[in-house]
Amino acid sequence: MVSTQKDPVLAVLSLSGGNDGLNTVIPYNNPLYRDYRPTLGIPEGQIISINDQLGFHPTMGPLKKFWDEGKLAIFLGVGYDNPSYSHFRSMDIWHTCEPDKIGTEGWLGRVLKEIDPTAENVLCGVNFGRGLPRALVMEGVPVASVGNLETYGLLTGIDGEGQRDQALDVFGRMYSPAMGSGAVMDYIHSTGTNALKGADILATAPDKYTSEVEYSNTDVGQYMKNIAQTHLAEFGSRVLYTTSPYNIFDTHANQASLHSGLWSDVSNNVDTFYQDLRDHNASDNVMLLMFTEFGRRISDNGSGTDHGAGGIAWVVGENVKGGIYGEYPSLEPSQQEEGGNLKYSMDFRSIYTTIVEDWFKMDAQPIVGGSFEKVNFL
Amino acid sequence: MADQQDVALMAHLLRRAGFGASRDEIEAKAAQGYDSVVEELLNPSSVPNVEEDLLMRYMPAYHEAAAIETNIQAWVWRMINTPRQLQEKMALFWHMIFCAGHSKIDSGQEMGRMIAMFREHGMGNFRNLLWLLSTSPAMVYYLDNSESHKENLNENYGRELLELFSLGVGKDEEFNYSEDDVKACARAFTGWNIAPSYPPFPYGRSPWEFRFDPADHDDSEKTFLGETGNLNGDDVLDIICKQPATARFVARHLYNFFVADDVQIPAWRLTPPRDMKAIEAMEQAYFDSGYEIKAVLEVLFKSDFFKAEDVRFAKVKNPAEMVVSTMRLVGEHRDIQPGLFEFSQEPKYMGMDLMNPPTVEGWHTGREWIDSGTLVERINFAADLMGNTELPGVQSLVGRLMAQGDSLTPDQFVAGCLDLTGPLIVTDDTLQQLRAHASKDGNLTTANQAEFSRRAGEMFQMIAATAEFQFE
Repeated sequence: MVSTQKDPVLAVLSLSGGNDGLNTVIPYNNPLYRDYRPTLGIPEGQIISINDQLGFHPTMGPLKKFWDEGKLAIFLGVGYDNPSYSHFRSMDIWHTCEPDKIGTEGWLGRVLKEIDPTAENVLCGVNFGRGLPRALVMEGVPVASVGNLETYGLLTGIDGEGQRDQALDVFGRMYSPAMGSGAVMDYIHSTGTNALKGADILATAPDKYTSEVEYSNTDVGQYMKNIAQTHLAEFGSRVLYTTSPYNIFDTHANQASLHSGLWSDVSNNVDTFYQDLRDHNASDNVMLLMFTEFGRRISDNGSGTDHGAGGIAWVVGENVKGGIYGEYPSLEPSQQEEGGNLKYSMDFRSIYTTIVEDWFKMDAQPIVGGSFEKVNFL
Repeated sequence: MADQQDVALMAHLLRRAGFGASRDEIEAKAAQGYDSVVEELLNPSSVPNVEEDLLMRYMPAYHEAAAIETNIQAWVWRMINTPRQLQEKMALFWHMIFCAGHSKIDSGQEMGRMIAMFREHGMGNFRNLLWLLSTSPAMVYYLDNSESHKENLNENYGRELLELFSLGVGKDEEFNYSEDDVKACARAFTGWNIAPSYPPFPYGRSPWEFRFDPADHDDSEKTFLGETGNLNGDDVLDIICKQPATARFVARHLYNFFVADDVQIPAWRLTPPRDMKAIEAMEQAYFDSGYEIKAVLEVLFKSDFFKAEDVRFAKVKNPAEMVVSTMRLVGEHRDIQPGLFEFSQEPKYMGMDLMNPPTVEGWHTGREWIDSGTLVERINFAADLMGNTELPGVQSLVGRLMAQGDSLTPDQFVAGCLDLTGPLIVTDDTLQQLRAHASKDGNLTTANQAEFSRRAGEMFQMIAATAEFQFE
């Protein structure tokens, strides 16, 4: 059981595009790996071994630290029945937990609704990036979507602090409750007031923040920093979400250098993120989930890999029981998913169920849309 | 010279039957005359087409592009630039009803072809449009008709055709069809399939074509809405189109899109239309014309219910309307230039991922466009553009304001800006706040042109930030 005095917080980093699991957690002792990856196989001497079967991509040294500390859970062969090889559809399935029909509500939107049913805290959920991921969509749940925390707010295009302050002052008065102008107008007024309130609060986060660490100057680095800043500012945010640049893990070609760059960036920033929180004594109630919509084809195509099935997901946190969860999908031809792909063995909703029940202490069934066996990483 | 009322009415028509216009265009059209402009809008071939060949010349990759982003960019560019504004508005209208989404179809090219079909036939005959929809490869795949077989029926398309694409669940508190009708409808469409089949991996994608497979078609007798026979999809469409419920469906959708926000489709069985007389007039036009959408639109745009003051600004702009109409007003991207990608993503940031509606039911409209995230996007987007006095459209507005006098009182200043950005009608409260804001710097004088321009730009920004600007 988890015991945290502070409210549990979930940070999410979505690895958009379909990360190549085979070259991330590498079954380096499996001879079939070499057969299927004649071009893209990682030379054995460079692999960072984590046990006698598996090793990390050479750029993942910073994550190895969490592995050694026993605070990194790795989920193998994660997926769902009848895998979709479409980025968009598969992401939707992960976001809505609806593999058979098009869903409109996100699983984290449902979590937020449960935490704050009357939307008292407009910053209960915050997304970093433009547009709202479907995972966070839910009727009656206001989620701020922040393209850039340093400049986030209303009327950000107005030059000059004095002028902008004046404009925001007028804005606040224009959006104050109006009597008798109709239900839709009233609703827009209250939404505008909420947005202004949320923006005003969020705008204080960068000023409150001091830190010894340096995040990389990439989208992932800056958004992980924004998540840390928002958490450290203690606004009561419970779900902090971001996504790598759109489809950047979609390494059909030139994978060797692309994938190294991506995992170097992710590993370093996750390390920096926890270092930052630890320096502020604020890491114990934050868990980080990393997932991707699917893994990639077992065989490389000479330069990259194509869309595949079973992938890898990760959870990092002070309360996490580190280790390997699930079975590495077999590379044997007879055991593969149709089309030369890894067969999933763990439903992604098992991971969600564990997070919802053992981290957020809620009934998972209505949130993930069914009963799934928990994975005991908490 | 058109008077103020004509300008206001023309602005209303161009906001609804198109994606707004610059002030110069509004005045020119007002001078041309309302009925003449309606005729022009209804007959797109009477005005030149958008110079698409120019777009393809500068950006050859736009031609039959596979990437969804490219198709969305080309569409947004067309919305901004086409002289055939109503034709493009109708493409958006049908896209918001006959929903198929990229998240499942996974092909920008197929989505682009579908939108092109709505553009070409969206003002034509409704029976023909339903036939094109039923044979549209994107739709056949999106609603699983490709998985519906003589021996193994999939009811998805059969059901949605009735529920969301034609009859609607019910009207006047009655149900419009039964579960048996859904089954009969689905059976009639068995064998309506596509080639090549999905998935495209590992060899990549070829364009889809509609293919009828007689061997997979259920040839047995069916009863649909009371008519019995060896019905196929064509027969079903004939039966659908003559139903009063279909006329109601078309009329209510057109009203909600062009006239004023009304309740959403799931509520239509129990909630009567906002303006029953308007609906009845359109239903009549639907039958009198033999299901011609253009005839229904003509009744709509020439009617008193459309011209009435109480429906002006009675519709929350959808994100495409917000983005495109603001760009048209300020003169952004009214030619070919780089940077279209970011603009074309703006509707998505505001909750309308073009070519990828959230479900087959489409986007809910009206107030449901607004939440705390999307409102920030809407306000910042419009305010940034309206306050950019470098843009030709804004410069033109500033020039017009200067021409109103060497010195404007704060009240005249606010009134002038509201007139030029709409004419926009605001509540007294909003008007008082804008006036108070304008008063801080006193009269607006042309003595210092840079200061004049700055203050005008700031006022346009504040207007873009009002709750009233969220409506059209």
